[in-house]
Amino acid sequence: MSAETVNATTDSTWAPPRLSWRFIPVWRRNFLVWQKLFVERLLTNVVEPLLTIAAFGYGLGSLLPQVDGVSYLQFLASGSIAMSVMYSAKFESLWGAFSRMHVQKTWDAILHTPLAVDDLLLGEMIWAASKATFTAFCILVMIWLLGIAREPLSVLVLPCAFFIALVFSAMALIVNAVARSYDLLSNYFTVVVMPLVFLSGVYFPLTQLPDWLRTPAEWLPVTAAVNLVRPLALGRWPVEPARDLLLLAAWGAVCFALALGLTRRRLLK
Amino acid sequence: MDTVTAPLTIADEVLGVRDLRKLYGDTLVVDGISFSIRRGECYALLGPNGAGKTTTLRCCLGLTRPDGGTIHLVGEPVPREARRARIRVGVVPQADNLDPDFTVSENLVVYGRYYGLPDREVKRRLPTLLEFASLGHKKDARIGELSGGMKRRLTLARALVNDPDLIFMDEPTTGLDPQARHLIWERLKALLARGKTILLTTHFMDEAERLADRLAVIDHGRMIAEGEPRELIREHIEPQVIEIYGDGARSWAESVARPLVPRMEMTGETVFCYARDPAALLDALEAGPGLRYLHRPADLEDLFLKLTGREMRDES
Repeated sequence: MSAETVNATTDSTWAPPRLSWRFIPVWRRNFLVWQKLFVERLLTNVVEPLLTIAAFGYGLGSLLPQVDGVSYLQFLASGSIAMSVMYSAKFESLWGAFSRMHVQKTWDAILHTPLAVDDLLLGEMIWAASKATFTAFCILVMIWLLGIAREPLSVLVLPCAFFIALVFSAMALIVNAVARSYDLLSNYFTVVVMPLVFLSGVYFPLTQLPDWLRTPAEWLPVTAAVNLVRPLALGRWPVEPARDLLLLAAWGAVCFALALGLTRRRLLK
Repeated sequence: MDTVTAPLTIADEVLGVRDLRKLYGDTLVVDGISFSIRRGECYALLGPNGAGKTTTLRCCLGLTRPDGGTIHLVGEPVPREARRARIRVGVVPQADNLDPDFTVSENLVVYGRYYGLPDREVKRRLPTLLEFASLGHKKDARIGELSGGMKRRLTLARALVNDPDLIFMDEPTTGLDPQARHLIWERLKALLARGKTILLTTHFMDEAERLADRLAVIDHGRMIAEGEPRELIREHIEPQVIEIYGDGARSWAESVARPLVPRMEMTGETVFCYARDPAALLDALEAGPGLRYLHRPADLEDLFLKLTGREMRDES
C-alpha cells in the first residue's frame, strides 16, 4: 500500500498544470488592494527608477563616453526598464505572495472555494506581470518626458515587459513555496537577484566581462530581458528576438512547473 | 456521476465517507473513519486536538489526498471532482482568514467572485448576509476594527455567500468569549432551521451537545462512538454523576465511595462517581469528610472519559 500511496501523492503534486479562467478573481482581488494604495505605489514606481537615472545616468553618465553607440544616459535608462520590471515582479511574488499565503492566509480561504492551486499561482503571476507592465509604462513615460528617447517602437516594450515579468514571477514563486519566513526572501534577493542584475548588462555592456563570466551570463533570463527591452526602448529592433523570447519561455515554463509542484506540496499536504 | 458507488448512495446523503485513511509519514492520523450526513442535519466530529478532525475535513474538501477510502461530497467523488463539489459547500475555517485590506462588504463581494458569482448578484444578497451576521452597521468597516466575535460572524456570512447546501465548520467558537459563542450557536441554529446541513468539528462538549443531531467521537484517528448525543450518553453512562474534588478526594473515594457506586473514574484531582441512584454516596458526602462535590446529570464529557480513559479538556 505504501508504494501506491507515494505514487498517488506524487501524481497529484507534479501533475501538469490545469489552467482555467478561474484565475481572474485572484487577479481582481490583488488589483482591488492595489487600487486602494495607488498613490503610494505610484510614487515608488516613479521615484526609484528616476533616482537611478538621475544619479547614474546624469551624474556618472556625464563622465563616460558613448556606450554601444548611444549616450550612457540612454543606455542606462533603457536597461533600467528591464531591471524595474524584474524587481517589480519579484517583489510582488515574494513579499506580496508570501504575506497572502503565509501571514494573512488569503490563499487558504481561496482554496476553500472551487479554485485550485493552479488558478491561484496563475492569478498571482498574471497579476505580478500586470503590475510590472505598469511600472514599465511609468518609466517609458518618464524617458519620453525627459527627452531621453521618444520612439514609437518603444510601445513594444510593454508586451515584452509583461512576458518577462511572468518569468520572474514564476521564479520568485519557487522561493515563496519553500520559504518559512521573510528571511529567505531577503536572502534570495541579495544573494541571487542583485548579482544577476550586475551580470545582465543593465549597467554596462556584457562585452566588458571576461569570457568565463560572459558565457553563463548570456543564458540568464535577465540578460535576455535586457536584450529585448533596451533596443525597443531606443527605437531599434532587438538583435536576436527569437532567441531571447525562447530562452525566457524555457525559463518560465520550468520555473512555473517547479513553483506549482512545490506550492501544491506545501498547501495540499 | 460515479456509477460504481451510486447504488450505495442514499438519495439525501450530503456527505458520505467510507473507510477514510490518511498517513503522515508513518503515523495513521485518520484510521478507517466512515460516516454519512443526511440533508438538514447537524453532524459533529468530537475529539481532542490532534484526533484527526481537521484532516478529515480537509480530505472531504479535496485539499488533502487520502491514502484510502472513498468520499462523496454533495454527490461528487472527492478528490477527483472536488472543485465541482466545493461550488455547493461553504467553509468556516478554524482561524479567521478574512482579507484585512478590505471592508466587510468587500470581503463578501470578493469571495463571491471565487465562486463565479457576478458582483451584482452578491450585492443583491449583501443586506441579507450582513443582517444574518448582525453586521449591517459595520458594512464599511475595515477588518481590523471588528471584534473577535464579529470576525467569526463575518467568516460565517462569507461561507454562505454561494448559498451552499453543506457548511463545514472547523472549531467555530474556539477563542470566543461566552456571549459571542452563544450568538454563533444561535446563528447556526437559524441555518439548520432553514434546512442547511452542517458538519461541525469541536472539542467543546457543550457545543456538540447543543447543536448536533448526531455526533461521532474521534480519538487517535478512529471513530469510537457514533449516535445522537442523548442516546449515546444513555447507552454508555449511568445517568447521575458526582464529581468530588480537593485534597484527600482520591483516598476518601477509594476507601468510602468505592462500595457505594457501581463505577468510578479518576483524573487529576477529581473523582467521577457514576450511579443510577447516588443517594448513599450523597449521604456519605454530607456526613462531613469536608470535600467539595458537584452533583449533575451525565454528559458527553463523561462519555469521552469512559471511552478513552482521558478527559477531553486536558488533551492537546
